[in-house]
Amino acid sequence: MKYQSQAVAKPYFVAAIGLFVGQILFGVILGLQYVIGDFLFPEIPFNVARMVHTNLLIVWLLFGFMGASYYLVPEESETELFSPKLALITFWVFLVAGALTVLGYLLVPYATLAEMTGNSLLPTMGREFLEQPTITKIGIVIVALAFIFNIGMTVLKGRKTVVSLVLLIGLVGLAVFFLFSFYNPDNLVLDKYYWWWVVHLWVEGVWELILGSILAFVLIKTTGVDREVIEKWLYVIIALALITGIIGTGHHYYWIGAPEYWQWWGSIFSALEPLPFFMMTVFAFNMVNRRRRNHPNQAAVLWALGTAVMAFLGAGVWGFMHTLAPINYYTHGTQITAAHGHMAFYGAYVMIVLTMISYAMPMLRGRDAANSGMSQVVEMWSFWLMTVSMVFITLFLTGAGVLQTYLQRYTDDPMPFMVVQEKIEIFYWMREVAGVVFLLGLFVYIASFFIGGKEPEEA
Amino acid sequence: MSQTFTKAMARNIFYGGSVFFFLLFLALTFDTNSALPERDNRGAITEEVARGKAVWEENNCIGCHTLLGEGAYFAPELGNVYTRFGNSTEAIKGFIQSRPKEGVPGRRSMPQFNLSEEDLNAVAEFLKYSSEINTANWPPNIQG
Repeated sequence: MKYQSQAVAKPYFVAAIGLFVGQILFGVILGLQYVIGDFLFPEIPFNVARMVHTNLLIVWLLFGFMGASYYLVPEESETELFSPKLALITFWVFLVAGALTVLGYLLVPYATLAEMTGNSLLPTMGREFLEQPTITKIGIVIVALAFIFNIGMTVLKGRKTVVSLVLLIGLVGLAVFFLFSFYNPDNLVLDKYYWWWVVHLWVEGVWELILGSILAFVLIKTTGVDREVIEKWLYVIIALALITGIIGTGHHYYWIGAPEYWQWWGSIFSALEPLPFFMMTVFAFNMVNRRRRNHPNQAAVLWALGTAVMAFLGAGVWGFMHTLAPINYYTHGTQITAAHGHMAFYGAYVMIVLTMISYAMPMLRGRDAANSGMSQVVEMWSFWLMTVSMVFITLFLTGAGVLQTYLQRYTDDPMPFMVVQEKIEIFYWMREVAGVVFLLGLFVYIASFFIGGKEPEEA
Repeated sequence: MSQTFTKAMARNIFYGGSVFFFLLFLALTFDTNSALPERDNRGAITEEVARGKAVWEENNCIGCHTLLGEGAYFAPELGNVYTRFGNSTEAIKGFIQSRPKEGVPGRRSMPQFNLSEEDLNAVAEFLKYSSEINTANWPPNIQG
């Protein structure tokens, strides 16, 4: 670790992993509810478990992004963090707010939570992924502002690199587009139209900048390839991401009441959205092949290559599969969407955070550069267990989705939703098995932090 | 990448491209906003429909159902439930009211929300309003 203040990243990473475990436990519960409909009913109904699953995902990824920023920015800026104390305060505020919100979901009925938190004063709750009480949303804005101020001041007082600049643009975009979560008109079409300004412009917009800059940082560090080369790639990748992704928002506007020209804009631009992800894969493999040194942390390199490949498959290929309007007409809102969502989030965002944790954690725990060989082997096992099981989760959900699309939407004699759900149950069972393997992989991942600690460091 | 394509060129494409396409997106959004009154059934948004949307949100219906294809995929699409239930708000209300408190053994079942009569009416009216939005003929058939 080059700068003392980088140490504030550690609690962020620990919290991220802890919440990740919670997210996956609830994922396994949800998977079971798909096949055993009354599992945990009425104590934890599906909608509550799903809210916990998706909200924990978002919160732990945000913890991961923040931890990554606190580690990366001092090193890029060649200066101590502007205020490590502020970083620790926002950590606890965010953790307590997040924990209270999840407890609220689990302990009281959602309608009661809405009443308790005064949702009627400024109604923002009850929309997918934005279920948090309004007061939590305000808390998120305050934490984000304090965080961006801290990072921004650090960048300003130190060396300005492309990596930290792109990261900062991504983070500012994240905060700005989140503000649309406070806009909730009575008009359902307008509500949905601007809801996507948070959801799409996050994951298919500004988050890609965060992803790109973290990946660039880790590749600079682990391959020793000239920064100029990597920064040029970074610019090209994020340029393509925004050029395709912004108008690509239109692929959400086909069937929600917006004008029909969006079928053209959305189809054409989002068909190009795989390009930046493809570039990212080429980029990562190119840099590793042209490496000037063999970094002892091979696990981090594996995660970096993995995220490039899986983001391309999940976001790029599985996104393209149902993005053209004539196809989406039949697949919209089926298990195809769920399949894409799972692999895209895992490949692009889960894996980039794990890449950064893998790279930074050995130093944060007092090592020179890497964990022992034994610890890395266990970590790589967890990489393959989680990644392969996610591939299977995606394939099984795709199978379910194709059948669902056919039986419920395409055939001459369409069947009711619940009838179709029973017919495709076998896919849900197989998905659940894959989900349990993912959970095991996650336990192996956590074990890698406790195994081989006394062995000599890999060199 | 070759030496003739410099980092400065890549940077300019990023800034220029992003700004250009964001402005184009804003222009399309502006146009969409002027086209929406013809499509989004806003004339039907009464106080009761607005209340129905609040009931919809405060009971997290989107956590299981989809509405115009968006939401969870655990329970049926409700954007066209009004037509699927024979153009009847009474049928919608009847279904919501009839859900067993303890669920159905082994099967998915909607929770019993104990909605007041006003809230029931409101959410049914909200679903009726939703079904009359011009969604470019989506969903493909009555099953949603």
